Amino acid sequence: MHNFLAAYSWINIRFLLIGLGVTIFVSIISIFFSSIIGTVLGIIRYRKIKFVSLIVGFIIDIIRNVPLILVIFFTYFGLPEIGIKTNPLWASILALIIFESMMIAEIMRAGILSIPKGQTEGAIANGLTYGQTLRHVVLPQAIKNMVPALVSQFISLVKDTSLATIIVLPELTNHAQIIYGQNTNYTIPMFLALAVMYFIICYSISKVANYYEQRVEKRLAK
Amino acid sequence: MIEIFQNYGSDLLYGFGQTILCSVIALFFALILGSIFAILEVMPNKLLQKISKIYIEIFRNIPLLVITMIFYVVVPMYFVKISGFVAGTIGLTLYSSAFIAETVRAGILSVDKGQMEGALSNGLTFKQSMRYIVLPQAFKYVIPPLGNQFVNLIKNSSILAFVAGFDLMYEGNVIAADSLKSISTYMCIGVLYLIITLPLSYYMQHLERKLS
Repeated sequence: MHNFLAAYSWINIRFLLIGLGVTIFVSIISIFFSSIIGTVLGIIRYRKIKFVSLIVGFIIDIIRNVPLILVIFFTYFGLPEIGIKTNPLWASILALIIFESMMIAEIMRAGILSIPKGQTEGAIANGLTYGQTLRHVVLPQAIKNMVPALVSQFISLVKDTSLATIIVLPELTNHAQIIYGQNTNYTIPMFLALAVMYFIICYSISKVANYYEQRVEKRLAK
Repeated sequence: MIEIFQNYGSDLLYGFGQTILCSVIALFFALILGSIFAILEVMPNKLLQKISKIYIEIFRNIPLLVITMIFYVVVPMYFVKISGFVAGTIGLTLYSSAFIAETVRAGILSVDKGQMEGALSNGLTFKQSMRYIVLPQAFKYVIPPLGNQFVNLIKNSSILAFVAGFDLMYEGNVIAADSLKSISTYMCIGVLYLIITLPLSYYMQHLERKLS
């Protein structure tokens, strides 16, 4: 019990919260950019443009089937070899963006495919351009279908930020390791704190998404 | 790349073997655990439902790294000494079992309710109707998403690199540090992972298309 009280002193908690801040910062930036890139790649793959779609599809399949840790190592240790300087923060953000945008691209493509073809044909027959059709007719419906998959992808992105510990990104897991590295009595309290903090973030993301989904459904039902 | 394969072939092969071994063990136990918790969650008993829900939510919302590190750091400190490989495999099993449970549960729920009711009213017990009526039908729908979970599991087995599990990723790091050729080493590692995961995920896509 004494260990717990000592482990959760304000200095340690503050140190953990700083780590949590880095985790959230990295997550938000990665979610933002990978959503944009993923959407674009998903549409390219869906549209079947000659060669381009094939190459994009190939790259998506390759990166999706490789561990994220490999991508992180690649951006941190591989890029300097060809003359691009990186630091842990940007290397891990870059790796997360690359990996997650491929995941989101695949979700996006599946979402667009789930919309009946008649919607596109109807919109085009009504005189909308292809871009307008996508933006005003297909994507709004597709995104509603994709919300569950997207949310679980975002949750796994938040969890995956912990992997960046391996290149010493000063995020939550790393800070916890530093604390229990100095005093092994703090090991269990630190892991408990880690588990609770990650759980709260991830669980609340899924709860908020659920709430939002139900509200949208209610509004549609009216 | 070829140079790496020539110079470090045995290390790569050893790592490849460890990755497959860990994945297969974790897969086996995660399937069992996952199915158990999935069935518990659709049982009529409220308490069992709650227990399995808590289990699933806990392991779904905590990073794999944290779970694995608990087994690598905390367990040897206070309980028994276990190697990195074992710790990694246990962590991977628990983490994957939660996702597999969710997948199997979705499969069971996708079977029409009338099937269960019909079986029960025909005099089968809950266990029998689960075993002979619902699960065989659920199995069909569950295969593609389960396959995707397997691919995830294989990718996640790279967590062993954190706990000195001597898997593919770990060997890759050692080789990269030794040969000073990170890009080609990591490409080799990537190719080796793709050899397992890519055929599996293409086959699952094929199955999915066939089902729909």
